[in-house]
Amino acid sequence: MSGPNTDYDPVEVTPLKAEEVEAARDAALTAIAAANSLEELKQTRLDHAGDRSPLALANREIGALPPAARKEAGQRVGKARGAVNQALAARQKVLEAEHEARMLVEETVDVTLPTDRVPAGGRHPLTTGAEYIADIFVAMGWEVAEGPLIEAEWLNFDALNLGPDHPARTMQDTFWTEPAENHVVLRTHTSPVQARTMLTREAPIYVVCPGRVFRTDEYDATHSPMFHQVEGLAIDEGISMANLKGTLDHFATQMFGEGIVTRFRPSYFPFTEPSAEVDLTCFVCRGAQVVDAGDGQLVTCRTCKGEGWIEWGGCGIVNPRVLIACGVDPERYSGFAFGMGIDRTLMFRTGLSDLRTLFEGDVRLTTAFGSEL
Amino acid sequence: MKAPLSWIKEYVSLPEDLGVEEITDRLTALGLKLEAIETSGAGIDGPLVVGQVLTAEKEPQKNGKTINWCSVDVGDANGTGEPQGIVCGAHNFVPGDKVVVILPGGVLPGNFQISARKTYGHMSAGMICSARELGLGEEADGIIVLPPDAPAPGTDAREVLGLGEEVIEFEINPDRAYALSMRGIARDAALGFDVPFHDPAQRDVPLANADGYPVRIEDESGCDYFVARTVTGFDPTAPTPEFIKKRLEQVGVRSISLGVDITNYVMFELGHPIHAYDRAKLTGPIVVRRAHEGEKLTTLDDTVRELDPEDLVVCDDTGPIGLGGVMGGASTEISETTTDVLVEVAHWDPRSMFRTGRRHKLTSEAGKRNERGVDPLLPPIAADRVVELLVEYGGGVAEPGVTEVGPGASPETRKPLTTITIPTSLPARIIGIDLGDDTVVKCLELIGAQVEVEGDTLTATVPTYRTDLNDPYDLVEEVARIVGYDQVPSVLPRRATGRGLTRAQQLRRRIGRTLAGAGLVEVVDFPFVGEADFDRLGLPADDVLRHTVKLANPLSSEEPGYTTTLLPGLLKVAARNVSRGQDGVALFETATVAFPVDQAAPIYGVDRRPTEEELEKLLAAIPRQPLHLAVVLAGERTRGGWWGSAETASWADAIDVVRRLGTELGVAVEVASASRAPWHPGRCAVVSVDGVEFGHAGELHPNVCKAFGLPARSAAVEIDLDFLISKVPATAAGPVFSTMPVAKEDVALIVSSDVTVAAVEAALREGAGPLLETVRLFDVYEGDQVGEGNKSLAFALRFRAPDRTLTAEETAAARDAAVARAAELTGAVQR
Repeated sequence: MSGPNTDYDPVEVTPLKAEEVEAARDAALTAIAAANSLEELKQTRLDHAGDRSPLALANREIGALPPAARKEAGQRVGKARGAVNQALAARQKVLEAEHEARMLVEETVDVTLPTDRVPAGGRHPLTTGAEYIADIFVAMGWEVAEGPLIEAEWLNFDALNLGPDHPARTMQDTFWTEPAENHVVLRTHTSPVQARTMLTREAPIYVVCPGRVFRTDEYDATHSPMFHQVEGLAIDEGISMANLKGTLDHFATQMFGEGIVTRFRPSYFPFTEPSAEVDLTCFVCRGAQVVDAGDGQLVTCRTCKGEGWIEWGGCGIVNPRVLIACGVDPERYSGFAFGMGIDRTLMFRTGLSDLRTLFEGDVRLTTAFGSEL
Repeated sequence: MKAPLSWIKEYVSLPEDLGVEEITDRLTALGLKLEAIETSGAGIDGPLVVGQVLTAEKEPQKNGKTINWCSVDVGDANGTGEPQGIVCGAHNFVPGDKVVVILPGGVLPGNFQISARKTYGHMSAGMICSARELGLGEEADGIIVLPPDAPAPGTDAREVLGLGEEVIEFEINPDRAYALSMRGIARDAALGFDVPFHDPAQRDVPLANADGYPVRIEDESGCDYFVARTVTGFDPTAPTPEFIKKRLEQVGVRSISLGVDITNYVMFELGHPIHAYDRAKLTGPIVVRRAHEGEKLTTLDDTVRELDPEDLVVCDDTGPIGLGGVMGGASTEISETTTDVLVEVAHWDPRSMFRTGRRHKLTSEAGKRNERGVDPLLPPIAADRVVELLVEYGGGVAEPGVTEVGPGASPETRKPLTTITIPTSLPARIIGIDLGDDTVVKCLELIGAQVEVEGDTLTATVPTYRTDLNDPYDLVEEVARIVGYDQVPSVLPRRATGRGLTRAQQLRRRIGRTLAGAGLVEVVDFPFVGEADFDRLGLPADDVLRHTVKLANPLSSEEPGYTTTLLPGLLKVAARNVSRGQDGVALFETATVAFPVDQAAPIYGVDRRPTEEELEKLLAAIPRQPLHLAVVLAGERTRGGWWGSAETASWADAIDVVRRLGTELGVAVEVASASRAPWHPGRCAVVSVDGVEFGHAGELHPNVCKAFGLPARSAAVEIDLDFLISKVPATAAGPVFSTMPVAKEDVALIVSSDVTVAAVEAALREGAGPLLETVRLFDVYEGDQVGEGNKSLAFALRFRAPDRTLTAEETAAARDAAVARAAELTGAVQR
């Protein structure tokens, strides 16, 4: 508020004097610049841009001026107020940014704090391993076949050319169910699924069957009464050992990487003829028989015991006697079959050394593999 | 099967420069798989020489021992020609004996360095060796005393001892019975290197006559050929010659006496088992027949055996004196007084051999060969070879009588030779390789077959020693192994056109991922179970789960059943994890369980496919094996930490596992209270779909937690996963949802404590009508404000219309209708 106009001269109102307006403006700008927080700036705004601030009061006086003087005074005050408001906005922006930055700094947390409120789950590597293998074959256009773990003796043995007195029946120490005259066993291999598949499907057949099998082995680091196999069966016109080799080489490469292939050795299985043992290029030394001990010294590979190969499974051309028992015309079709230990394959791939680790259920095993192999 | 290389080489002219590894590589490629090569005397280094003991002074020692202070002539081997002074602790020699000496600087197996050293008051310059010290055997009765005609002192002793000789151990597949002999191995070596084979079975044998020991075969199906020869005047004390002893030791058979050793030796040489009787102990003619019910026999191993009417026995007038082809009897065994030896070589039915061996749990070298099949022409040859050796080393006389009975004795009556006819192109087609017809014929001729080619086919007449060759594909394998399995190319088959995973296979994977995603860890466990497990679950005595498929030969008599529930195994696994320090475990297992069906599975023939009816009958006899899912939650479900304290798993977490699966799979799972062991009777839910129950979930009974060593309040689930999967819709229907604004209303309802939330919720839904979008319980209150025996349930209702914004009046009306219906059906009173 201006003082009383003692010496009334409308042209010469004190607050509207140029010096006064400039002084008020400068005082405002100085105060704005000096405001160091949003709080201070708020006060500064009240003091210098509020309704009762000098410039606001000066503005109110303009109306009292003679019309001739209003324009100039209005311009002067308006300009000053504009400058103050602009400074206020700029300062506000700066202080807000500073405030925000400070807030963010204050809200800093230790991101290394533990975050595992809900423990992780996981799928067993035997499950995901079997899926991994199945997918290799599904990608080639094969299907996944299944069968029960408790199986008819005829399907587990007879249909596969293992007659009642076949010496191979004693090789596979079988869990028999009671009463014996019911002729039901815990399947000793996944091969009865071959028989089931041939009995229920028309050729051509391309199936793979991962699954659980049982033998009366004592339980130790390399033997288990329950273990897992993957069986493969292809029945088609013109199937040969070369196709078997091609398929297993592909399987080996997909499972263990480029450069890992198979080798066949003559063997004997009642359900295949010719039969072969399958060796795999040692995936540690990759067939070199020696590995770098870490200091440039080459030492004998421990995984393959310096042979460059490791035993992987058995395979062969499906014995025509099996085809006949399962209703496939051996004159028209031939086939191959193979069987590998999944547990063993998995141990190769993951470096596990004790088979029992897979079956004792320690969560640390499963969670180490997550949800896929 | 162990085979000394030198023995193999007697029958095959292998090139001299061929190393043992080249030989075993080739034989492995042919199907005789190398197991190990043992080299006798491995680990011996330095001067090992023949020595002759000149003097041996016995010197008693303070420790009670007596040592020999010897001077030993070692020729010039010590560089001086002077006798060597050696202390020796053994006493089985006298001055003049030739012995084996290792001189200072030498090394014995186990890296035992020999040096001149002071011992027992003498400077002992070397060591007189025992067989054990040389790694040649376990016997350590003393040092090795060489025969007097051993080479002069100072000669390298290695050759004298036969050191450096390689013994190859093969893994012989059951079909290659012929390779259980030096004859068979040598034959494959010969074909492998295409060098001449000298058949040890090639010998002239005396013709059968009527003067031999009388033998009668009463069961020709069990024994079709029996040859008997006699040697009289045999010296039972004559020692077994060194070469036989050594070779038997090399193949892993203990030397017993000259007579027994010779029968074993010839068995390894030719592959035919042989039995020797003390003829003086025989009473009357030999008869071969099946055993009579109730007959007994004491076998060579001094075991009394109850005979089975299927067992083939060799008898004399006293009854059974041997288990034909498997093991001889004790009463007629040759001994240290036997002077007249009757040699039996008989051809037995392999199947009977196998059954008798299995029945009596007898495995013997003889049984192994007889049950796999031996060359049916060998009996007179093997018998003659045994007679020859008995005469040569036992000083006996071969009686001129030669007994040969049975159809196998004459070409007219014996089984004809096996012939196999195949398209000549079959081997090439099945192997998947280009092969000329000539190659096929040559391969078959190499194994001893006579081959005749006619047009596109060939007929192979199989040699008698290859009893394993019967089918066309057997010939394919022979061609394949000779051409080499390494020649088989790698070619992918051309046309698999599968349909991918089945729906059930996909869903099983999805279920596994869902559970893992919910923080559950999958485990794999054995399916074996026992009564104690069911007791610990608290199952009633007549519970259906106790009715398991029983194993005839379980690994543990405590767990004789195949499980009907996954819980016992899973609870044990959970307890194991807890005992290993896990504060919380959340486990799941998916596996099949088994429920017995009381039906016998038929055994069909294999000459044709079973008919559909037959197949159906077969499959119906197999136990029902549904796939189950079991879950156990024990201890902490969420961890404690800076965010707050840990949450313990509860019945609710267990039920949520099933609900979550239902949500994931698009199946409406209904939950109702139930009472079922092993769950807490007040905290157990039965879950169902379309009114069909498929499992239970909830908190375990406190006694069960205790019995299994689990934390209190542990919770579990077991459901039939096959059933759940069968309920999954083929396709999920796309949802239709409104984008109009939602209207929210909360209601608190007081109901009696025994009214279930599900009932109230269902009533609210029904009453609210189609405008209700969701209803969700968000609080439960029990206490003074709602009165004894009551509870207050707070529900959040969300309303939405498909086409418009709901007015406050519409929403309130729907809410009131919902509350009214709840009041009507459940007695609910709005708070």
